[in-house]
Amino acid sequence: MTHLNTRYNLMELMVCVAARQMEDGKTAVIGTGMPLAAAMLAQKTTAPHLIVMFEAGSVAPTLVKLPISVADSYTQTGAIMHSSMDEIMEACQRGMVDYTFLGGAQIDMYGNINTSMIGTDYQHPKVRLPGSGGANDLASLCWKTLVITPHDKRRFVSKLDFLTTPGYLTGPGAREAAGLPPGSGPYKVITTLALIGYDSQTKRMGVESLHPGVTKQDIVDNTSFEMLFVEPPPVTPEPTDEELRVLREDVDPQGLIIGKQS
Amino acid sequence: MFQLTNTITSQGELFSSPDVDAARAFFAQKSRAMTDKRMSVTEAVSQFVQDGDYLASGGFGGVRIATAVLHEIVRQRRTRLGLSGHTATHDFQILAAGKCFDRCDIAYVVGLERRGLSPNARRYLESGTVKMTEWSNATLGWRYKAAAMGVPFLPARSVLGTDVFRYSAAKEIVCPFTGQKLLAVPALFPDVGVIHVHRADQYGNAQVDGISIADYDMARACKRVIITTERIVSTDEIRRNPCLTFIPYWLADAVCEVRYGSYPGNMPYEYYSDEEHVAEWLEAEKDANEFQIFLDKYIYGTRDFQEYLALKGGESRMRTLCELEPLKRC
Repeated sequence: MTHLNTRYNLMELMVCVAARQMEDGKTAVIGTGMPLAAAMLAQKTTAPHLIVMFEAGSVAPTLVKLPISVADSYTQTGAIMHSSMDEIMEACQRGMVDYTFLGGAQIDMYGNINTSMIGTDYQHPKVRLPGSGGANDLASLCWKTLVITPHDKRRFVSKLDFLTTPGYLTGPGAREAAGLPPGSGPYKVITTLALIGYDSQTKRMGVESLHPGVTKQDIVDNTSFEMLFVEPPPVTPEPTDEELRVLREDVDPQGLIIGKQS
Repeated sequence: MFQLTNTITSQGELFSSPDVDAARAFFAQKSRAMTDKRMSVTEAVSQFVQDGDYLASGGFGGVRIATAVLHEIVRQRRTRLGLSGHTATHDFQILAAGKCFDRCDIAYVVGLERRGLSPNARRYLESGTVKMTEWSNATLGWRYKAAAMGVPFLPARSVLGTDVFRYSAAKEIVCPFTGQKLLAVPALFPDVGVIHVHRADQYGNAQVDGISIADYDMARACKRVIITTERIVSTDEIRRNPCLTFIPYWLADAVCEVRYGSYPGNMPYEYYSDEEHVAEWLEAEKDANEFQIFLDKYIYGTRDFQEYLALKGGESRMRTLCELEPLKRC
């Protein structure tokens, strides 16, 4: 497991790794929480021209504080446009949005996500979850989908109870056969244990780097499906002092995502 | 010319008809008169929300919602409503508390974004008493747009290939021009929509500041619209900035002045959300008996929204929330 580190915690590591996955000058529709912390950190470090949009309608705001809702006032400060949900979703459908960044309840080896229900009978769920929200649309229509999630067997499942948000569905060619836009799909998964990508042939999840102190066995023990690996898996680069400073001082000074500084 | 192969059929129930000619017949007889539509929220709900109606709630769950109307629907004990669960968070929580609906089109429900899940809304949907049909934020919004356009469906490219499609009432179609497989989402004409705005005149010409979410299309899709507004202004003031008008008066049936009407939700440019009170809701919901006491205190035991606001600290609490609002004009 991740070794105890006095310089940074696991949340900080995940946000820093996530921030590095977004290229400068691209467009992204981002959810609240860790994905937004990552986008804000990216804007303040490696991707100053990353254009952030929110599904409720705000475009390219000057983010001063982490919002609670993807519609609240903190998504709208200093924006260049206060638009609407159809404006954002239609930009995605038109091919103008490069990234979306989501959380998830259950995820399978093709990057499909369940946020709808736990159970076997749709009309009588054991646990009713929120549903798609904008996630299905964003993962269908944006070019690249990134996911950030804790890594355990309950979340990394061999079969979803409900397929809410499309990853590669059943494998190569499945998205296109279903009618989803060609060339779009899952890109990276940032977990508590690793940075994960997708094999270009099989469209299955494969570990690209293990977080410091994490072993292959840790991944196997915490994943219900067979995970692929690049051999030998490298170690995820640790957060730099500068990344940590910006994250703690400018992105999340209240410790809402990364926890309170001791 | 083009044939659909390997089609999957969706099995969700369609709760409202996408019949555009029936909608045209309704809109043909809707009054165009520029009359004073001001009334109390109590009157608006008794006049325009009937048991069994299909309801749409504007804003984004906990941002610019018509809380006063939602409370009044619960207070007047409306039942068997259909509900469009579009970006529904605190609005959903309120209507679930009143057990007001028995069928729901779901895009986002039960959750309150970063705040977690509503225990009571979960119990309600897990009880089996609410019929559910699945959608997504974009596709449910495009259903409003199809209705607003007066066409029976719109094509879209999301939802395909997933269980959201399987449990929706959408259909797969083939594009007659390109041969591509597309999703067809049916027009949604709610019986009544409730929308909170920054300013409106007595006739229902309404303006909002900040993002409009799906309210532009929703206002046009709904057969009847109840508007609550932070302030009633003169028509001259509306005419000074007509580019801000997103609801013209002939769409509106009722105009209710409700200062702080999105509380405990956020009203961009006016006041931030009352996170303490939202947390109080979530805490009270954990125990069904506790929650009944909570509802008796804040909704069933109050005469109107103003009494509820007074219980939550009234003007002084609201001034604090105004201070917390990052977009306030100063």
